[in-house]
Formats: sequence, structure tokens, C-alpha cells
Amino acid sequence: MAKVRSSFLLATLCFVLAGFIVPVQQLSAQGPVSVTIESWRNDDLPVWQDTIIPAFTKRYPNIKVVFGPTAPTEYNAALNAKFSGGTAGDLITCRPFDLSLGLFKQGFLAPVNDLPGMSNFGPVAKSAWITDDGKTVFCVPMASVIHGFIYNADIFKQLGLTPPKTESEFFQVLDKIKQDGRYAPLALGTADQWEAATMGFQNIGPNYWKGEQGRLALITGRAKFTDPDYVAVWRTLAKWRPYLASGFEAQKYPDSQNLFTLGKAAIYPAGSWEVALFNRQAQFKMGAFPPPLPAGASTCYISDHTDIAMGMNAKTRHPEEAKKFLGWMTTSEFASLYSNALPGFFSLSNQKVTLQDPLAQTFLNWRSTCKSTIRNSYQILSRGEPNLENELWRVSAGVISGKLTPEEAAAQVQTGLAKWFKPPTK
Amino acid sequence: MRPRLRRVPLHIIVFILPAAAIYTAFMIYPLFDSLRLSLHGNPEGGGVVFVGLQNYARLVADSLYAPRFWGAVRHNLIFFAIHMLVQNPVGLLLAALLSARRLPGLAVYRTLLFAPTVLSFVIVGFIWQLILSPLWGIAGGLLRAAGLGAHFRPWLGLEGSALVTLSLISVWQFVGIPLMLFHAALIGIPDDLLEAARVDGATGWRAFWGIEFPLILPVVGLVAILTYVGNFNAFDLIYTAQGALAGPNFSTDILGTFFYRTFFGFQLQLGNPFMGATVAGVMFLLILAGVLPYLFVWQRRIEVHEL
Amino acid sequence: MSSPVAPPAHRVISAAYPRPYGGKALGVHAILVAYALIAILPVLLIAMNSFKTRAAIFTTPYLPPLPGLVSLVGYETMFERAHFARYFVNSAVVAGSAMALILLLGAMAGFALAEYRFRGNAWVGLYLALGIMIPIRLGTVSILRIMSDLRLVNTLFALILVYAAQGLPLAVFILQQFMRQVPRDLKDAARIDGMSEYRIFWLVLPLVRPAVATVAVFTMIPIWNDLWFPLILAPGEATKTVTLGAQQFIGQFISDWNSMLASLTLAMVPVLAAYMVFSRSLIRGLTTGALK
Repeated sequence: MAKVRSSFLLATLCFVLAGFIVPVQQLSAQGPVSVTIESWRNDDLPVWQDTIIPAFTKRYPNIKVVFGPTAPTEYNAALNAKFSGGTAGDLITCRPFDLSLGLFKQGFLAPVNDLPGMSNFGPVAKSAWITDDGKTVFCVPMASVIHGFIYNADIFKQLGLTPPKTESEFFQVLDKIKQDGRYAPLALGTADQWEAATMGFQNIGPNYWKGEQGRLALITGRAKFTDPDYVAVWRTLAKWRPYLASGFEAQKYPDSQNLFTLGKAAIYPAGSWEVALFNRQAQFKMGAFPPPLPAGASTCYISDHTDIAMGMNAKTRHPEEAKKFLGWMTTSEFASLYSNALPGFFSLSNQKVTLQDPLAQTFLNWRSTCKSTIRNSYQILSRGEPNLENELWRVSAGVISGKLTPEEAAAQVQTGLAKWFKPPTK
Repeated sequence: MRPRLRRVPLHIIVFILPAAAIYTAFMIYPLFDSLRLSLHGNPEGGGVVFVGLQNYARLVADSLYAPRFWGAVRHNLIFFAIHMLVQNPVGLLLAALLSARRLPGLAVYRTLLFAPTVLSFVIVGFIWQLILSPLWGIAGGLLRAAGLGAHFRPWLGLEGSALVTLSLISVWQFVGIPLMLFHAALIGIPDDLLEAARVDGATGWRAFWGIEFPLILPVVGLVAILTYVGNFNAFDLIYTAQGALAGPNFSTDILGTFFYRTFFGFQLQLGNPFMGATVAGVMFLLILAGVLPYLFVWQRRIEVHEL
Repeated sequence: MSSPVAPPAHRVISAAYPRPYGGKALGVHAILVAYALIAILPVLLIAMNSFKTRAAIFTTPYLPPLPGLVSLVGYETMFERAHFARYFVNSAVVAGSAMALILLLGAMAGFALAEYRFRGNAWVGLYLALGIMIPIRLGTVSILRIMSDLRLVNTLFALILVYAAQGLPLAVFILQQFMRQVPRDLKDAARIDGMSEYRIFWLVLPLVRPAVATVAVFTMIPIWNDLWFPLILAPGEATKTVTLGAQQFIGQFISDWNSMLASLTLAMVPVLAAYMVFSRSLIRGLTTGALK
């Protein structure tokens, strides 16, 4: 009995002591000033560790930078909790629009107006990280991502296909791939829901609602989601269903990626951020085409979405060092380093950047041939509940899987939005 | 106050106080400190004010929250029913089989049967997504091999089947818990009681239901209440497999995911600590409604056999 | 064993249940084997495929890693990037200390609630159960503030305290139930011998070993597998737990099936190994029976 008791107490004591000792050791090891970056981009960990941070430390040897990513799904919740508890990192990767604006309004993010290199960014680049009065910028813009379609050039060659320019050509191409029977025409699944909205609705939508014009019309109240220009997008998406892989209802984002990179699907409705991964994994030639033009349209529009920026924790213990890092992020050195290390993330800087990756360059070229816009749910319209972006995920997945008609989808989204959003009275 | 205090002898305080102290400081205080938010709000974006039970009224009646809330409650009940009807009977059956004295290979069986329970939700979620994936085709291939290929569906992606599929995955993972509890109770039954039963001519199945089952009835109650509590605390598996939006079309949304979305926000949706705390408050009341009868009725009524 | 009180003589064990034999034994084993396969095959399938090439994973998922299908690229990627040894030590320290605290303090409280009929007994029981009725994430910000005030953020001690607090309700709940079943005559005999209540506790504790072992395993698992509190309270590289490390790792390679299966396998192995070691030493009580 005594044995049981003493071993029990001893074990408790040992473990509890270990709990104290382990962190103490860690505290005593202090070197140069260390700043931590909070980010949701855990895919980019190797790039930051091996390329970006070493380039910075070469210039500022006394500042140690630690890239500490969180899984994208937990990033917002974890970051909010850390800010509230006062333990967030020094540099904060900023989501666009309201999430970061909310952090700024609560006093968690510091303004970055006075950083020397901010003049390198135009108004569009800054628009996602600026107060409503347009006076204060609180994050240094990093990159945008462009939507379009990536295709398997080997399959296209084998079947004698050329990249479609118009929507009718697009469906002809899909038909031919389907008739051949060896490949899934489109790699898209509805299990994760966001794929349907982001790679589907926001990808082809700008051609229908005429980019910025239609996006701003929603904000000013001149247009509704039930208007023909928006319903037509869901009508087209509903037509994609026969061309998806069987079981697409349970197909998740990584499944879609693998389906394409293993050569089992011909066309991947994409965001440009896929370029790096696809280059690594695909054993075939790839090409890209912008969203095909619907019947009767002559101007093309692309979603060139301001996606990522970097701000500073207002309560950081190392403001000088953090500012040095942010300042460095405005330079052309960073712009070129970042755009080339992560092809598919296009620097928002005005400075000239040359891309080495041909596929990424294809996407970037569309900026000069098409008109750019951003995703229509991001600015202002996702401030209330039900949340517009989440609703778009749900109904777009519903339309593609045949659970909702395009009209029902539009009506549900519009009703939800009207519940809280009152456009400014004219 | 003094005379009353003296009625609780010192050793009882010594036994209870350390546990109560840690538990109060790091669990009860933070939880109730946050639960307080459910009685507050910041209407019109102003300061935080006391709003009474308004948030609770909104939750059960406002068209913004009520459909999601009642949907989540309904899904929780389905989730619970499947655990009660599948997990616990299977756990009891396996425990009864394992508890046969001197069963060869007992240690091996026990390790294997319990193995899924020690895995994390992340791993369990991934394993079953891969197996049920229509693209990888493990499940589809197996069904085809059995001549049932036509019955394969992308179950996790269909509104009609996703919740049931996830419940069964959860059963697969957690059957080890009732199994272990029943097992621990069954092998605790002294042999002389069973010996007596055997002398009376009761054998096998009849002896189990006649002698052993009544003896482990307290543990049966314990398993039931743990299943009930665990059901309302469920979150991770659905979050891992279907995401915080609990798709498709909220068909797998349970109170756990609903709370997470409301409290912390999701994607562009900002978190709402007041309504989030309200959801947690309702979950608290629901669980309390199950635990109170257990503590004050079942645990007192049920005859505990000293072994 | 220096127990001053011998178990009552009539409780000597006899072979009441005969060893299952013949057709019946076959039936028992058939069911157990069948369910053991259901439990373990999915795990093996993942482990097996983690040693194969990406194309082989897709085209021939049922085949074992035969020559020609083998690829260790997943594991190579893993070991290049993650510091799993350190993460593992962190997890072991956290889970071990929290569990020791939970078992000791939980058994003490459970003993008091089961043994003594004092005023407010049921209310104390209810109070100690309240914690499992509220989603623990609700308290995240408050917990973080407390830890921040105590300067415990990014220490393993923060995790130990939170997990101990979280594990206690269930431990008290279960142990109390089992301690009620310990024979009263045994304790009364000890009291007549003049033993203090504290010594009686240590007398009773070994008698509920199966329940203690069960609680140990139950509390260990959620602690080991938790992602949330390591993420909030101790996300630093030095204090990262193995589950957090594995999850962040999986996140990086979500589309890279080799690395994903490899990291899943490697994340499973330590838990399964720990469980087996554990079940051998602690659950030895189960096979010998409680009252022998």
C-alpha cells in the first residue's frame, strides 16, 4: 500500500516540477530581439524560413524573425483570443477588409501611414486595409490573387482542344472531354462549400456583373442579387454539374487538387495561389485561361482579389523592430522576392516585378487585357448576419449539387442581406 | 455560520479542497465569467449593457438564429440516439465477451478494440474521409467487391446521410469508452456471486441478464449520462470533417459547431461573444437537465451493490 | 503489500466462470476478431499506404507496399521539417503531470463524496460536475487572461493546470461511482483498528484500480489530442505539443498525400505506443481483478 502511495506522490511531484523547469530553461536562452509573425499561411512556412526571413536578417542581423503560422480555419478565432489575452505576436498577417478593420477599431493593430515606403502602394492596393473615411491605413499590402482556369495541356493536346474564349466554346470543350471518358472535365467539389463560391461564383461572376460596376452597385443599393446579372452566374454554375467527377458532393479541396495534379481531370477552376503547388506536383504541361466570356459580352473581367497584408500589433514590445520589418516589406526587394518565391501571389506594389514562372505570368498578363475587380462579398457587405460570404458558400454549393435552383439561391442570399444591410438612401 | 461549518469534519475538506480549488480557478471561474456575457449586449454598437434574457429570446425565436439553433438541437438528438442505440449496446456486448474469465488473447483484444479511442479527431476525421472518399475509392471498391457497388454514395457530402455517417464514425472512435467502463465493472463482480448463480442453474446469456447486468446497473446509468454529456460537448469530429459551417447546407450542424461559429466567427463573419455565450448558456441548461435527474434521482434510487 | 486488513475470507476467488470452450468459445472469438478488424483495419490502411508512391496510393490502395510501389518521400519530408522529438517530450510532460494531478485529487474528492454523508454532499457533487456542461472554449479568453496575469503563457504549466481542471469533473464523477461499491465492512474493520480516514483512503484506492486505470486512459486521451489550448496558451516552438505540431504539419501538406499519410501515421504511433505501455502497467489491475 505504501508503495502505491509513495510512487503515486513521487510521480505527481516529478511531473509538476517538470512543468516548471521546462519553460524556465527556455526563458534563460535570450539572444537578439525576436519578433513573431502571426499568419494563416502555414503552406508558406518553408518559403518564409528558407527565403524571406534570411533575406531580411542579412540586412538586419540583430533582429530575429519567427514565422508562427496557425491553420487557416483557426486563425481568426485564435488571433482574436490572443489579442484579447494580450499574447498576440508582433507582426500580424491581415485578412482583407472587415476582419482587420475590426482589429484596428479595437485598438489591436497600429496605423502604418507613416511608414516610409507606403507611397509604393496605390489606392486600390490599400483599399482593403483602410478605414471607412479613407484616412488611416493599418496594414502593408502584400499580394492579390487572380481567378481563372488552369488546364492540363497534355490532355488538351491529346484531344485536340484549344483553350476556350467564350462560354459556348467552354462547354464544347467540356463535352469533348466528357465524351472521351478518360478524364473528369472539371476538378471541383462541393464538400468544402467555399470551393463552389470562390472557384465558381467569384471566378466567373465578374464577367456577368461587369466587375467593379456590379460590385459597387450592390453596395450602393442599385442592384440586388436577384437581378438577372447575378442569377445568370448561378445558372451557369448549375450547368457545370454533369462535368464534375462522380461523388463530387464529398470531394474536398485537396481531393480536387489531387484529381487535377494526378492527371485525372482536365480543367481546374483555380485561384492563382495554386501555381506553386501544381508546379511541384503535376507531371504534365499546364496552361491557364481567363473566365470565358458569356454570350454577348465583349469586355473581360477578372477577380484580382486583394488577399493578404501585414500589420503591427499595437501593443508589441518591439515596435522599432516590427516597423523595420514592415518598412522592408514595402521595398522592391521584398516585392520581387515574395512574388517569385510564391508564384501566384502577385505583389500589390507599384514597383516593377519580373516573374520567372510562366504560368503565374499568364495570370498576371490578364491584368492588362481584362478589367480587374475584387470578390463582391468582401467590402462592407459581410459586416452583418447572416454573413453574405458564408451564405454564398452555402448556396453556391447547393446550386452546383442540384439542391437549390439558381433563383432560390439568389432569393435566399438577397433576403439574408436585406435583413441587416440598408444601402445608403439616394 | 460557525456551528454549521464544524459539522463538516476537517478530513472531508482536505479531501475535496485541492480538487475544488484547481477546478474553480481554471474552469468554473473562466466559464461563468464568460457565461455572464449572455445577459449582456451592445445594441447599436454602443457600450456593453445588461439586457436580461433578451439574447435567449432571440436565440429561440429570432429568424436569424432560431432555424440554426433548433436545427442544431435536432441534429444533437439524432447524434445522441445513434450513440445510445449503437455505441453502448456494442460496447456492452464486447465487454461481456471480454469479461469471460481466462479468455485467451484478452490483452490483445483489449488493445485492438480500444485503439480507435486513443486517436485524435484530426486523425479519425482524415482516416474516414480518405476511406469514404469517392475519388480514392476504398469504400466504393470494397462494396463493388461484395457486389454492392451500386449502393456506394458520397455519404459525407449528401445532406441526407452526412450526419448519420459522422455519428457512426464517432461511434467507431468512442465505442472503447463504454467498453472499458462495462469491462471494469464486470470484472469487479466477485466470483462467488456468479458461482452462486451457476449453482442455481443460470448460465450464459440468462446469467448475464439475471445476475451481472443488475449488478452493473449503476455503471449503465453512468455510461448513459456520459453519452448524453459527451453528445452535447461533441464538436471536434464535425469541425474536422465538415468545417465550422457543418455542411452540406448545415445538415451536420450541432450545438458545438453552432457555438463555435457564433462565438468566434468564421471567415468573414465576425464573432459575437454575447450570442455565443447565449448558445453556451443553453447548452449548459440542456446538459444540466440531464445531469440533475441522474445525480438526484437515479444515483439515490439505484441500489448500489457493495462488491 | 502491508495492508493491515486482510480481505474477508469468503471472497477468495474461485473459477466461477469456466473458460469458454468448444463452439461457444469459437463464437466469442469470431465476434471479437470481427470487431477488432473493424477497429484496426482503417488504421492499418493509412499506415500501409504511407509507405507508397503517390500514384500507387491512388491506383492500388489495398496493396501492401510491394517493391515498385514503395516510397519514403513522405517520411523524408517530415523529418526534414518538424521537431517531433521535442514535441513528444512536451506532450508527455503535460499529459503525465495533468493526469497525475487528476487521478490523485479526483480520487480524493471522489472518495469523500462516496464515503461520507455530509450536509451538501450532493450539491458538492453537482458543483464538481458543472464544468463538463459548458463548452470549455467559451472560457478561452478568461483562461488566457488568468495565465497572462500569472505569467504562465507559453509554459507547459499553463496547459497542465487547465487540463487538470478540465479532467477533474469526469474523474470525480466516475471514481465516486466505483468507490461506492467498495465493501463497507472492510472500511469499518479498518476504523475499528484505529486507522485514520487518510489511511483508509489509501486502503480503498487500490481496490478501485480498474476504475483508476480507466479514468487515467480517459483523461489522457483528450489531453494528448487537444489542439485548442496548445494553440492559445503555448504555441511557441519550445512548448508545442505533438498534436499541434502534427496538425500544423498536416496543414502544410494537405494536398501532398505522401506527407499527409506519413504524418498521420507518425502522429498515431506515439499515442498507440503510449497506450500499450500504459495498458500493460496500469491496467494490470484489470486482469487480476479488483479484490484479489
